[in-house]
Amino acid sequence: MEGGRIFVKGSEAVAMGALDAGLKGYFGYPITPQNEIPEYMSKHLPEAGGAFVQAESEVASINMVLGAAAAGKRAMTSSSGPGISLMQECISNMAGGEVPCVIVNMMRGGPGVGDINTAQGDYFQSTRGGGHGDYRTPCLAPATCQEAYDMTREAFDWAFKYRTPVLVVGDAILGQMKEPLIRRAPRPDDPDEASGWRLGQTSGPNRRILRSLHLAEGKLAEVNLRLQEKYRDMRAQARAEEFLVDDAELVVVAFGSTGRIVKSAVRKLRAKGLKVGLLRPITLFPFPEQVLRDLAYSGKRFLTIEHNMGQMVEDVRLAVRGLSDSDFFGALPGNLPTPDEFQAAIERACAGASL
Amino acid sequence: MSETVAFERTPSVADVATHYCPGCQHGVAHRIVAEYLDGQGLAGNTLMVTSIGCSVLLYNYLLFDAVEAPHGRAPATATGLKRTNPDKVVFTYQGDGDLASIGMAEIMHAANRGERITVVFVNNTVYGMTGGQMAPTTLVGQKTTTCPDGRCASREGQPFHMAEIMAGLPGVAYSARVALNSLKNIVQAKKAVRHAFEAQLEDRGMGFVELLATCPTNWKMTPVQANERVENELIPCFPLGVFKDLKTSGAC
Repeated sequence: MEGGRIFVKGSEAVAMGALDAGLKGYFGYPITPQNEIPEYMSKHLPEAGGAFVQAESEVASINMVLGAAAAGKRAMTSSSGPGISLMQECISNMAGGEVPCVIVNMMRGGPGVGDINTAQGDYFQSTRGGGHGDYRTPCLAPATCQEAYDMTREAFDWAFKYRTPVLVVGDAILGQMKEPLIRRAPRPDDPDEASGWRLGQTSGPNRRILRSLHLAEGKLAEVNLRLQEKYRDMRAQARAEEFLVDDAELVVVAFGSTGRIVKSAVRKLRAKGLKVGLLRPITLFPFPEQVLRDLAYSGKRFLTIEHNMGQMVEDVRLAVRGLSDSDFFGALPGNLPTPDEFQAAIERACAGASL
Repeated sequence: MSETVAFERTPSVADVATHYCPGCQHGVAHRIVAEYLDGQGLAGNTLMVTSIGCSVLLYNYLLFDAVEAPHGRAPATATGLKRTNPDKVVFTYQGDGDLASIGMAEIMHAANRGERITVVFVNNTVYGMTGGQMAPTTLVGQKTTTCPDGRCASREGQPFHMAEIMAGLPGVAYSARVALNSLKNIVQAKKAVRHAFEAQLEDRGMGFVELLATCPTNWKMTPVQANERVENELIPCFPLGVFKDLKTSGAC
């Protein structure tokens, strides 16, 4: 398995990354465009000694994840926008109860049922918590099949390090695209990974309780402060890909599949002599704000391109506030954007024209 | 004169006062579950899934490892827990609003899959924690804060009979309804709880036990009157008995 190049869809790469990360439970409900993940899991996870259940709904899926994860198992679910919305109750519950898991969202167009074509409209939902209460979810945004594999694997490490639900956010392009992938050796199981908190080791007065209800005076405040401290600690882990930004006058900020399409546009524009570069946030939360701030200090202008009506641009503006600003160009949800469309937008921004 | 201790606290029940109202029978239900598991030496091997409602603080009184599921979702959480930890005893403890209203999908599907879990269902025909609103099991004619003139069958439907519904699902190995209003019925309840765990332990399927219980506060009754109501109104509507007791599993 290790070392050989295989040709797989992005969704299959996600499934392989989770399996090689030591996945013990997958619980999901079919929704386009990510069905290859449960399909792959239904065969390969039981073979690897894990549990696969096709749940009756996304609500049940994430609550099954909660059960498996409460016993310290590496567990995950996957879905697309409408299904992720249904999961938010339990994601909030797991954030509050500090139960780790991985949730994959292969985004499609919204709002509502939307369509099954690609889009990036779930950025706010992914980075703002999504459910009720004061919490955030670390959010990794791969752009290639290899990254889909690597980041799903890595997401479990984030989840267990911080005891939190972690999102891997792709879209229909990434989920359905086929590319070469190199798998790495499966992670050996660590029997002590969750020994500090998992259920199943105690009973009697020292029993363990994983809960998000805190009625005692001051207790909920204490929990919220601890959660915020975790989110602050995560900031040091923020990552972004920088492509031709050093001498760029205009830095285009784009994530995931859009980042990849923008990269093609940037290459073409460089060939035409335009000083443009790409900054592709890889962690959407924590957002790589220091990288952006440093670029703003050095006098760059910014253009944020997303496959939505304008969401990440708010984080870009917050990051560069007081120093610079960002223009915005949004590809319409459901339409497949092209490098030419982005190229034209970047050229207009370079010329200072309205977008 | 020497004293003889005739009745002791079972070890898995915490030595604390509960938050339940006077006359509430959650304490009795807790005791029955703990007594069975202690008696079988299963305390260290049991994981419980708590739910939302008056019994949300179950983990303060029963000394098993616990995970708290969101409202209604306990059977799904128990599914994930049991599927990845088949060597553990897993049970949910749910009220009527949790199980038969918001969580109806989760209980039906977990039952239909034959999850090897035990479900302890406490039916007191009213939402307790939120202040006495109508439940899916509220009797026709019963007044609650959201059916102030009494539940009307043509407007709000009729009460769900969960033990019978569960008996109709192939994955359920044992389904029974008992009541906690008298010593005689409590003895039957103990037996039913035992059978509901045995269905899981013997890998036959889901074990389900419905416990008819009182809610004197929201019924606006004394504890004694509440017990009489169980006998005179609840049991005629929700007949006691074993509705299913499969001795073999339908495993593939």
